[in-house]
Amino acid sequence: MLNPELRELYQQVILDHNKSPRNFKKLETANRTAEGYNPLCGDKIDIFLDVENGIVKDISFQGSGCAISKASASLMSTVVKGKTIEEAKKLFEKFHDLITGKLDEDERIEELGKLAVLAGVKEFPIRVKCASLAWHTMLSALKNDNKTVKTE
Amino acid sequence: MIVKQEPVEQELKSIYDVYRIREDFPILKIKVRNKPLCYLDNAATTQKPQQVLDTLNKYYTSMNSNIHRGVHYLSEAATDAYEKARVKVKNFINAKSEKEIIFTRGTTEGINLVSNSYGRKNIKEGDEIIISNMEHHSNIVPWQLLCNEKKAKLKIIPIDDNGEIIFDEFLKLISNKTKLISVVYVSNSLGTINPVKQIIEAAHKNNIPVLLDAAQSVNHLPVDVQKLDCDFLAFSGHKLYGPTGIGILYGKENILESMPPFMGGGDMISKVTFEETTFNELPFKFEAGTSNIAGAIGFGAAIDYVTSIGIDKIAVHEGALLDYATQRLKEVPGLAILGNAKHKSAVISFIFDNIHPHDIGTFLDYEGIAVRTGHHCTQPVMERYNIPATSRASFGLYNTLEEVDILVDALKKVIEVF
Repeated sequence: MLNPELRELYQQVILDHNKSPRNFKKLETANRTAEGYNPLCGDKIDIFLDVENGIVKDISFQGSGCAISKASASLMSTVVKGKTIEEAKKLFEKFHDLITGKLDEDERIEELGKLAVLAGVKEFPIRVKCASLAWHTMLSALKNDNKTVKTE
Repeated sequence: MIVKQEPVEQELKSIYDVYRIREDFPILKIKVRNKPLCYLDNAATTQKPQQVLDTLNKYYTSMNSNIHRGVHYLSEAATDAYEKARVKVKNFINAKSEKEIIFTRGTTEGINLVSNSYGRKNIKEGDEIIISNMEHHSNIVPWQLLCNEKKAKLKIIPIDDNGEIIFDEFLKLISNKTKLISVVYVSNSLGTINPVKQIIEAAHKNNIPVLLDAAQSVNHLPVDVQKLDCDFLAFSGHKLYGPTGIGILYGKENILESMPPFMGGGDMISKVTFEETTFNELPFKFEAGTSNIAGAIGFGAAIDYVTSIGIDKIAVHEGALLDYATQRLKEVPGLAILGNAKHKSAVISFIFDNIHPHDIGTFLDYEGIAVRTGHHCTQPVMERYNIPATSRASFGLYNTLEEVDILVDALKKVIEVF
């Protein structure tokens, strides 16, 4: 019954991360935090990072948002843990290319691992902001500039 | 389709033949994602009937010229049509004189005109302006800007869980410091029809002028500025089946006379020298520069269209849609309606515990259904109920019971996914 594009966007993995988001809590050991906000829909997210020697030792998030933004934040938290700051930044660049439809080589999609389930977003340009809010907020936390990140 | 709507349908038919009316709106025939368009975003903007489209076309093909200054044929014709549109607006809201009808870009500009002109002249340090908790951002921000500039205070009328103004609390806010009250007539996010007549009476007892944000009311119920006795009333053409970029500010003549101009430029002057400028008379004093001439004339055609059906009949039709939709939406498991005021217009905001409005919006879009999702430019309302956003279905004169069924069926499908 479900339209193929919709099914591609709302894959089972995404629905699962929406229902039971991973690392959805306040991180007591956090030494860097940032707040993200999407004025278009009112989505809010707080990112907590524990960074040591340039490595993301731990990450968590809290907030409210649509299934895409919540699942994206949850997936991000699982893949970024253990990465260096540089690796995390590079991963976001690739991920951003994926959701804006700029990534067409299959092998590069593979580099994204489970983040690839969000590829369906490219058919919904208005939802790119939902999928990227958590990432923008995390990058701001890494910079430690304490500014509220806005998607607009 | 599981429809038990025959009695309602009969009742609706006796008001007007909605399927005949729909023929006037070309856009309602298009398909969206291979489904017939089900347009339920009328609080954002309404669709335009062929009569309005034809008027715009006729203006640009046979009348286009600048108004109020040419001596040639076209300019005369355009001026005549523009001023006739003003008379139509005057009659539509029953103003006393055309001088009280100012063409603006929309409701937002009307409110900004009052805050910049009336407000900057009359609001002083320590004064207070009263608005409500359910205002659109366009009836919050202009007053905040003014209050910041003048060191005045903004006072907020609280609302209850049903989305109604708490009237006793409103009365308590009135004091000798209160210099203006600006409230929304019909809430765009909750649908509440506010008791504006009582608000105005209470304000006038204390010699406080009242501005009504009527963006969501002129299209749903008869508005008579003399009966209401409001001092200002602002609304937009595009929510009343007219073009975008045109709106109205009504103001009582004596108040408008006392106000300085809002913007300076052509058309709003009688005489200009480098030493001094004499301003034009009302309403031209407030219409600097070339107006949206086509928009005004098109808006006149929209008023003719709405009047030919009858705003009373439209109100009854939409009331029946509201009742039917409210009852049917209650069938959807997990759905809660936000805004349950006793007096409501055909706007229904709804939320689910576990499904975000944006996801709802995307799914409904694939069923050809246009609803609005988000905070509806009323973030303080969202904060009041501690939610980030809602989905909102808002009805217009051309919506049908069948479309309510389409919405309900689609929502039932969405909840199966989540």
